[in-house]
Amino acid sequence: MSWLQKLLPPKIKRNDPGARNKSIPEGLWSKCPACEAVLYRSDLESNLCVCPKCGHHQRLRARVRLDQLLDPEGRFEIGAEVVPVDALKFKDSRKYPERLSTATADTGEADAMVVMQGAILTMPVVVACFEFDFLGGSMGSVVGERFVRGARVALEQRIPFICITATGGARMQEGLFSLMQMAKTTAIITQLSQRKLPFISLLTDPTMGGVSASFAFMGDVVIAEPGALIGFAGPRVIEQTVRETLPEGFQRSEFLLEKGAIDMIVDRRELRQRIAELLALLGRQPAVHA
Amino acid sequence: MKTTFLDFEHSIAELEGKIEQLRFVQDDSAVDISEEIGRLEAKSLTMTKDLYGKLTPWQIAQVARHPQRPYTLDYVQHIFTDFEELHGDRAFADDKAIVGGLARFNGQSCVVIGHQKGRDTKEKIVRNFGMPRPEGYRKAMRLMKLAEKFGLPVFTFVDTPGAYPGIGAEERGQSEAIGHNLYVMAELKVPLICTIIGEGGSGGALAIAVGDQVMMLQYSTYSVISPEGCASILWKSADKAAEAAETMGITAARLKSLGLIDKIVNEPVGGAHRDHRAMAQSLKRALTDALRQVDSLSPTDLVAQRMEKLMSYGRFKELAS
Repeated sequence: MSWLQKLLPPKIKRNDPGARNKSIPEGLWSKCPACEAVLYRSDLESNLCVCPKCGHHQRLRARVRLDQLLDPEGRFEIGAEVVPVDALKFKDSRKYPERLSTATADTGEADAMVVMQGAILTMPVVVACFEFDFLGGSMGSVVGERFVRGARVALEQRIPFICITATGGARMQEGLFSLMQMAKTTAIITQLSQRKLPFISLLTDPTMGGVSASFAFMGDVVIAEPGALIGFAGPRVIEQTVRETLPEGFQRSEFLLEKGAIDMIVDRRELRQRIAELLALLGRQPAVHA
Repeated sequence: MKTTFLDFEHSIAELEGKIEQLRFVQDDSAVDISEEIGRLEAKSLTMTKDLYGKLTPWQIAQVARHPQRPYTLDYVQHIFTDFEELHGDRAFADDKAIVGGLARFNGQSCVVIGHQKGRDTKEKIVRNFGMPRPEGYRKAMRLMKLAEKFGLPVFTFVDTPGAYPGIGAEERGQSEAIGHNLYVMAELKVPLICTIIGEGGSGGALAIAVGDQVMMLQYSTYSVISPEGCASILWKSADKAAEAAETMGITAARLKSLGLIDKIVNEPVGGAHRDHRAMAQSLKRALTDALRQVDSLSPTDLVAQRMEKLMSYGRFKELAS
């Protein structure tokens, strides 16, 4: 796209049949989905994709998230060698392998989780991060295995483990294998606990279903980003079951904090500092400063 | 008890109706028609055998939900002795969708935990159709810890459409309750023997189904989401449930071949609901065998073996690096 085309208001812009409809608007400007403020894209990005007007936390891609959280030096990816297979020959309106390749083409990822070893303000950590744009961040065999490999590195190196969730739950296309990932991921957390290694769970928008109902609430500290949807059953399912209108703010971070389900809500712009502080406190180390 | 027949069993239902009529006539008939009755009974049995020999996954799901299927307390009655039910999570309520307590199995003390469905409308409501709320899972966890403290093996019986999706359940931490159980079961230092006896519905089932031995009754199902739920999400229509059941792999036979369960316990001809006593007897034998396989392990070996099993779940490809 030329600079002229970019500057033209959408009305006069010609419909380019070759252009794909993208959910993420391209160009210089971006509209906040919450307050509809029109934001200068680079302002938004330098603000970690938090709306400077209303504080709405936009969803982040896994690698962007890891980039924001980890120190730039000394990062190693873990478990990238683990890639999905179609164990059940699953077919709905489309075949599972087709869905996988579309998701890979769209995201550049082989599955819905990226795990990295690195440091937060020089405190060494392993961070597992869900990629929501890959089949709704659903947990199948690969997510489970990468999670476990990440936790094992944390165990070997005796360093803390952090998981950042952004997921709709278990992956239906892998059937019971997916359900068993709930047991598998939660089980490895018991080993971190036995060796007194901290596990911090950061819940971001959304954290639902089988992931929410496994390791997500087993963190030594459970943090949520503001306004994230977090719960077991989806709001629509609940509404259909109980035939009542759901209360205002139901299943949002603030609601969970009030009900005692999470430890704290932390603004994305303070995450690095706060997580490093928590790890220092748990590890009986001196305070860390940015 | 009169057998309730499922839709796909209508030919058997017809035949059984005829047999019933003949029996009625026989009582005040001068002609001996017992031979005819016997012949029809044999035919009915053969038909049932044939039909149940080739049930589709969706038909199996219907059998797993059969209204006369034995529930946890039926097995408790037939398999265990000296059952002392224990109630409540000590924090909020006693969830009647999960029952549990102390009992004896072949004379040996143990803990029993299971989902419980209701038989009639009133009991169904009391049991919330076998869909537990967080307090049910927390009661189960409390009983598992009790078992660990006193070195007792735990037997669980799984039969739920899923954890209850309600407002209160969310407010009281349904996710945390299920996740915490998975955590506790992963490191519990006593044998855990789990049997799927009916519906193994998703996380609500798994929350009491992490074990050293996981068995399924022949016509039970175990799945990540109900076939209806899967169909309405992926096909945008709940009518495709039969296809979803087929492709997801929810039956005992399929899951055994995928290595996700350890053993299948055969059911009487025509399903467990036809003969509770016979079903309970064969389940008791299977439970005895399952316990024998893990009973002699030290707590450390037991937990290590369970961990190894849990870590083995999953199918993926590994690229050469």
